[in-house]
Amino acid sequence: MADTKTLGESLRLHGVSRRGFLKFCTATASMMALPPTMVPAIAAALEKAKRPSVIWLSFQECTGCTESLTRSHAPTVENLIFDHISLDYHHTLQVAAGDAAEAAREEAMHENEGEYLLVVDGSIPEGNAGYSTIAGISNLQMLEESAKGAAAIIAVGTCAAFGGLHKAEPNPTGAVAVSDIIKDKPIINVSGCPPIPVVITGVLAHFLTFGTIPELDEYGRPMVFYGQSIHDRCYRRPFYDKGLFAETFDDEGAKKGWCLYKLGCKGPMTYNACATAKWNQGASWPVESGHGCLGCSEPDFWDAGGFYNALSIPTSDVSKLVTVGVAAGVALGAATAGLNHKTKSNAAKNHGTVTVDDLEKTS
Amino acid sequence: MSEPMDFLLWVRGPAFDVAALIFVIGVVVRFFEIFSLGRKANFSEPRGTEFGPGMKSVLTRSLPEPGMFKRQPLTILVGYVFHIGLLISLILFVPHIELFRETFGFGWPGLPNPLVDAAAVLSIVALLAALWHRISSPVMRILTTNEDWLVWALTFLPMLTGYIAYHRMIDPYPLALGLHILSIEALMIFFPFTKLMHAFTLFIARWYNGAMSGRRVVES
Repeated sequence: MADTKTLGESLRLHGVSRRGFLKFCTATASMMALPPTMVPAIAAALEKAKRPSVIWLSFQECTGCTESLTRSHAPTVENLIFDHISLDYHHTLQVAAGDAAEAAREEAMHENEGEYLLVVDGSIPEGNAGYSTIAGISNLQMLEESAKGAAAIIAVGTCAAFGGLHKAEPNPTGAVAVSDIIKDKPIINVSGCPPIPVVITGVLAHFLTFGTIPELDEYGRPMVFYGQSIHDRCYRRPFYDKGLFAETFDDEGAKKGWCLYKLGCKGPMTYNACATAKWNQGASWPVESGHGCLGCSEPDFWDAGGFYNALSIPTSDVSKLVTVGVAAGVALGAATAGLNHKTKSNAAKNHGTVTVDDLEKTS
Repeated sequence: MSEPMDFLLWVRGPAFDVAALIFVIGVVVRFFEIFSLGRKANFSEPRGTEFGPGMKSVLTRSLPEPGMFKRQPLTILVGYVFHIGLLISLILFVPHIELFRETFGFGWPGLPNPLVDAAAVLSIVALLAALWHRISSPVMRILTTNEDWLVWALTFLPMLTGYIAYHRMIDPYPLALGLHILSIEALMIFFPFTKLMHAFTLFIARWYNGAMSGRRVVES
C-alpha cells in the first residue's frame, strides 16, 4: 500500500546518494529533451513526490512487457524508482492471488480515488468475454472499473496501445486497444513489443515531476521517445544513402554492418527510441545486433508484410498476382481479338459494292 | 486512431492488388488487340529488308532530328531530362528494385540515393516546365486535351510524393509512403487506357515505321 515516505526519503533509505539521485535527474532531463535548468526542478519535485499508487492490469498479453521492465538491470536508479512506486496490484509480480489480490486492487482504487496511475498491458477481447478473465472478472469489466478513478492510464506495450498480436488478422478474440474502450481519461501509449524499460521510467518521472502527461504524438505516444524514426537515428543510415546493403545475414555486407533494408528492416516506418536509448543497459539494439527492425512499436505491425521483406514490397504475393493477371489478360485479350475479328469479317461480308448504274439512280 | 498505418496497409495490400491486376490485364489486352488485328497483307514485292531498318528507326527516332532543337529547344530538353530522370528514379532506386525482384525473381544493382534524388529533382523540374509550356503556349493549349492534363498529373504525383517520402517531409512516414504508393496505383489503373501506354508501344511503333520504309527502301 502507498506509504507516507517521500521518494527522496525512500531512495536515501535504500542507500542511493544525493549525487546518484541528481545524476538520474540529469539523465531524465536530457532523455526527455528538457533544458538543463529543469534538473533542479525535477530533483525537487521527485524529492517531495509521494509514492504514487500504481495498479497494473495484465490482459491478453505474454508477460514480455513485465519481463522487459524487471530486466532493467539492478541496482540502477531507474529500477529503484520502480521499486518505490507503490505497485499495489500486479498479478504476475504480487504474492497474493485470487480474492486477496482482487481485494488489494479494490482497496488501492478506493484509497487513492482519482490519483492512482493505471498501467495496462495486453489487449482487451471484445468478443466472447471468456477469452480472458481474471478471478472470474472479464478484462473489459476490470478495465472499465479500474479506469474510473484513475488519474491517467499508461498503456504499456503494443497490445495495450494498439491491439498488438491478438488484433492481427483474423483477430479471433475481437481484440482492441485500451484507447478503443476508455475515452474520458488521459492515455499514454508506450508501444513496443516489448517497450524499452527506460521509456516507462521516463514517463513515470515526467508524471511525478510535472503532474501532467508528456507531449504525445498522434498515436498517443510520448514525443520525446517516439518523435523520431529508427531510420533517422540509425547508425547504419550512411550505408543506406550510399546504396550499400547486406543481401543475406552472413554475406560480406552483413559482416561490414551495411544497411538491412533489403533484409526487411522496417526502420523507415518505425518511431521508437531503440537507436538512441538501446537495450540491456545500452549494450545493443536489434539493428546493431544484425537484424532488421520489425516495426514493433507501430500499430498493426504484425500485418505489415513479411518481417524479411523490404518495406517497398506489397503485403500480398506479387508474383502470383502478376501471373494471374497475365493469364486473365490473355483470356480476355483472346476474347477481344475474336470479337474484333468477327467485326472485321462481318464488315467485309457486308461490304456492299456499288455499280455505275447505282450511282446514276436518282432516289 | 491508427489511420496512417491502416492507410499504408491498405495501399500495400488490397489497393495494390486491384491496381496491379487492372494494370497487367489492361496491358496484355491492349497488346492482344494491337497484334491480333494485324495489318493487311502487303502483296507488293519487297525491295529491301524490314528488320534492320526497323531497328535503325528505333534508334534514330530516339535521337532529336537535326534542326529540331533550334525550333523547339524546350520540348526536346524537357523531354529528355524528364524521361531519363524518371527511368533512373524508377529502375535504379533500391526500394523499387526490391519490388521488381519480388515480382520477377531477379534484380539488379541500384544507384546511391543522392544520385537518384538528383535525377528525381531534375525530372520534377522538367515536368513543371512541361506544364508551364502547355499553359503558356497558345499552340500547345489548342493541342492539349483533357487526357493530357490527366496524364501529366498521374505522372507528376508519383514523382512529387516519392520525393516527399524519401525526404520524409510529411509526418508520420507511413502517411508519406502511403500517398506515394497510392499515386502509383492511380497511375497503374489509368496506364493501359491512356497515352501512357506509349511506354510499351513506342518501340514497336518505331520499329514498324522503320520496317515499312525499309521494305520500300525509302528513308524512315
